[in-house]
Amino acid sequence: MRDALVGVGRAVRLVLLIALALLFLIPFYLLVRNGLSSEADITSPGWTFFPSELHWSNVREVFDDPNVPMAHALLNSSLIAVLTTVGTLLPASLAGYGLARIPYAYADVVFYWILGALMVPAAVTFVPSFVLVSTLGWVSTLRGLVVPTLFSAVAAFIFRQYFLGFPRELEDAARVDGLGYWRTYWRVVVPNSRPVFAAVGTIVFIGAWNSFLWPLVIGQDRDAWTVQVALSTFTTAQTVNIHELFVAAAVSILPLLVVFLVLQRYIVAGVERTGIDD
Amino acid sequence: MRGTYRRRLLGPQNRHLWFWIFVGPFVLGLTLFTYVPLAWSAYLSFFDAHNTVSPTDFVGLDNYTAMLGDDAFTDSLVTFLVFTALIVPATYVLSLGLALMVNRLRWAQAFFRSVFFLPVACSYVVAALIWKISIFNGVRFGLANTVLDWFGADQIAWLSTTEPPWYWLVIVTVRLWLQAGFYMVLFLAGLQRISPRLYEAAAVDGARPGWQVFRHITFPQLRATSVAVVLLLVINAFQAFDEFYNLLSDARGYPPYARPPLVYLYYTALGQGQNLGLGSAGAVILALIIAVVTVVQARWFGLGRKED
Repeated sequence: MRDALVGVGRAVRLVLLIALALLFLIPFYLLVRNGLSSEADITSPGWTFFPSELHWSNVREVFDDPNVPMAHALLNSSLIAVLTTVGTLLPASLAGYGLARIPYAYADVVFYWILGALMVPAAVTFVPSFVLVSTLGWVSTLRGLVVPTLFSAVAAFIFRQYFLGFPRELEDAARVDGLGYWRTYWRVVVPNSRPVFAAVGTIVFIGAWNSFLWPLVIGQDRDAWTVQVALSTFTTAQTVNIHELFVAAAVSILPLLVVFLVLQRYIVAGVERTGIDD
Repeated sequence: MRGTYRRRLLGPQNRHLWFWIFVGPFVLGLTLFTYVPLAWSAYLSFFDAHNTVSPTDFVGLDNYTAMLGDDAFTDSLVTFLVFTALIVPATYVLSLGLALMVNRLRWAQAFFRSVFFLPVACSYVVAALIWKISIFNGVRFGLANTVLDWFGADQIAWLSTTEPPWYWLVIVTVRLWLQAGFYMVLFLAGLQRISPRLYEAAAVDGARPGWQVFRHITFPQLRATSVAVVLLLVINAFQAFDEFYNLLSDARGYPPYARPPLVYLYYTALGQGQNLGLGSAGAVILALIIAVVTVVQARWFGLGRKED
């Protein structure tokens, strides 16, 4: 009797899981469905789950459309995401290591200075940051889009927590071999810390690729548009074809899905490792 | 001679120097791009700064009184409160539920975890596009209205109906879809840290698997994770911008309802008129509110206190 009940419970749970999984996947399906439909199929009052025929030529059409600077926006987004990722990992990991391992009388003060910035929500500072960037003359430039976002207190914090737990024996061996802090860091610590770099790197990459408010504020010229800004501009305009918009959106998430599927276990590990739930 | 000098300066015994070589660049950048803008913002908020970043007219607290007396600003705070009251419990329940169901799966766990985590890779802009044009379109070609049609219900203009405020359903579901997977992973991490011995002890004591075990073992053990999740949810809700902006604004501009604080600030500081002084005052007020909410919440939940 009891076994039967447990069996029923398990079946109910599985059905619920499958239903939820389908719900979670529907938006992705709609993205592809609309991207490959004709305009008439998308706006037809008799909406159907499957389009009447697939238009693969839509993909070419987006890149040929002079009104949609998709290729340029993709290039901008790629440059920004890669530069942001590399540029965030370097200073944050060095700072995290210094804080975790180099004894210094005022290390606590410096750490609280960084923690304080962690409390400042980045989105709230967009007005003053815009003021700063425009004073520097960086509006609509790659520098303006990338440099102000590089100093992530969260990244430095994660690196510090990670390096605190790094096995000291490895560093002691390097010390015996006569290596200083600098060479110990590059030759021993970094090569043995790839997972944390991968985890922080993918999180930063996804954040940079998907970020919207900052590129919207700083990338004012059409030439400086990222994929997100370009898509948003077309959603609020009335001139663009809907099917092209959906192809562009689908193309915009492809790089992330690849990064995501390849590095998924690092992302999950990184999320778990942030230490926020301890 | 030079060699000894170099060694004395750069040797590992010179810890102050090495500390600053490692930490200095980061602290400098952080100061320049976080603290300087903050300080500048505080300074600008006391000036009349239309279209300029080097203002000359000191106006004292006028920007602050103008901001706090402005219905649009106080309405934006109400919008935030409503949004938080909807999104925080919804995300909490869904992500915890997903984690509990996925955690106990013997097979296909990786598959389900991936499916629920996948939207994290999607941007708010793309998700808002799908929600606005494909699912909750006000005319008939949207998925939601098609489904309503199957049941013989009337069509709904989702994003422009304010009585009842159907737009909340659109705004909340988009964020729920995007973020539930992330918090599910946090809960999964928390669940894996619970000692199996506790469950064994509960079984010995005759606790029925299911609700009783959840209530007396799982839920209390997840307390630290829960506190962090709620804290993050509230802070993230405060920073809502992308989905509101993309779902509601169109070629005609932004509707008068459902403007959360950041959307309001965006239009004040960078819209027509570029009132940077007023915008800065708003940013300072908002930062203060977030700081207070964070501290109060952390105190309330006893975050940082050692677990006994």
